[in-house]
Amino acid sequence: MNIVEERFVYADNAATTQVSEQVLTAMLPWLKEGYGNPSSIYRKGREALAAVDQARARVAGAIGASPNEIFFTGSGSEADNWAIGGIARALGKKGKKHIITSAFEHHAVLHTVHALKNEGFDITLLPVYDDGIVRVADVSAAIREDTALVSIMYANNEIGTIQPISDIGALCRAKEVIFHTDAVQAVGHIDIDVKAQNIDLLSLSGHKIHAQKGIGTLYIRKGLPRFPNLIEGGDQEAGRRAGTENVPAIVGLGIAMEAVCKGIDKRNDMIRPKRDRLMDEILKIPRSHLNGHREKRLPGNANISFEGIEGESLLLMLDMKGIAASSGSACTSGSLDPSHVLLAIGLPHEIAHGSLRLSINEETTDEDVQYILEVLPGVVERLRSMSPLWDQITGKHIG
Amino acid sequence: MLYSKKVLDHFSNPRNVGELQDANGIGEVGSPACGDIMRMYIKVEDNRISDISFKTFGCGAAIATSSMATELIKGKTIDEALKLTNQAVVEALEGLPPVKIHCSVLAEQAVKSAIADYYTRQGLDPAPLIGILQPDVQT
Repeated sequence: MNIVEERFVYADNAATTQVSEQVLTAMLPWLKEGYGNPSSIYRKGREALAAVDQARARVAGAIGASPNEIFFTGSGSEADNWAIGGIARALGKKGKKHIITSAFEHHAVLHTVHALKNEGFDITLLPVYDDGIVRVADVSAAIREDTALVSIMYANNEIGTIQPISDIGALCRAKEVIFHTDAVQAVGHIDIDVKAQNIDLLSLSGHKIHAQKGIGTLYIRKGLPRFPNLIEGGDQEAGRRAGTENVPAIVGLGIAMEAVCKGIDKRNDMIRPKRDRLMDEILKIPRSHLNGHREKRLPGNANISFEGIEGESLLLMLDMKGIAASSGSACTSGSLDPSHVLLAIGLPHEIAHGSLRLSINEETTDEDVQYILEVLPGVVERLRSMSPLWDQITGKHIG
Repeated sequence: MLYSKKVLDHFSNPRNVGELQDANGIGEVGSPACGDIMRMYIKVEDNRISDISFKTFGCGAAIATSSMATELIKGKTIDEALKLTNQAVVEALEGLPPVKIHCSVLAEQAVKSAIADYYTRQGLDPAPLIGILQPDVQT
């Protein structure tokens, strides 16, 4: 019997988040009367510049950096491309042509590294084992004389597993290798202090933390060797990233960062029990598997595979019931292979195809959780009743 | 990627889902690794497909195309059923996103595979009648 009435439940915060009221309110004046170009000498321009500077200070403060180490970009992907491509090209000229990263980075990192491979760089992809965690010992063993950069994501976007960033940072500092982390999924869920953690470069993205889409940041530690710009032109961002500043988006990002990087533990304590309940109840469905380490993962993430069914059809049925989630199936990844993340943790293809990612946040209610738990088992059962693969798995084939 | 109303209808209300206990032709195409398997059951009587059912592991388009394929050939003669093209399935569904066209091809092959199995069971060589099926097809 269903207790909860049909409702819309958004369980895909890892994909994107809603802009918060606070961010929206802060942005609006900069879309209306605050339209000045921050490079202009007159009052309207100076006001816009001041707003950008204030946002820069907010972002810096939220991760323990200085304002002059914060550079605004158009996305987290741009920050990844700039950091990795830039360091590679700068150090490549000095004979450092080796890059270390992990097998399950976001495509913004993997495709950048792949392009560098085609330019003659040597790439090491570290394994992530079946729990989705990079081993510090593997990073250490992989570092060579000619290693230009280590880039390891802070938290994986699909399975939410959290990497040992502080340990990797300390290791890289000791070995004098530059360390970049794609923290797009971690910001706001884990306390970050770039100095204490020996992080040299960090990427983050606004739309994952209740700011708008189309704004990101690259943190560049002062003292790093200078590396080429990705975007050439005017002197915005201290001459390192051209393009008239997206003032409203930057203002929004500053407000979002300040808000989200506060009270992380308290917020996680609210989210975690709901996610744990989801996970525990869902895993009662026969032949279902949790993907990635159970504890060392973001508090709102649950990624579970169901044998015998396919992810896109699962999402469609959930959507018909008002539930928004995502999957690592080939059909949803837009390629012939299922998610490289799920393959990297050793899932066979057919089990990777049947995966579901739920990513809840502090706004997800107990009723929302209850609703998901009431809808999901029926959907899985229905798809299994239609599946010849499920018949095969359970030994029920005729003919 | 947008699915047509027809596709969504066949996805949420698939026709002829299940196993046919008295099937005399069963064909299965696709593979678990690909994320797409269609299994088609036919009952052939007097050269006509008197009953048909299917089971599919796959995405929305996979389920919709296999459902539509069963609807299109139910009651037809074997010759008529062999003439079913993936294009006909796509048209009956009022279109498929380009990236999903291969699902309709798989549905066409599932039909041929089931008929081939029927022929094999009758002791006839299906190959000359049906042509060579794609390598990932099992009969």
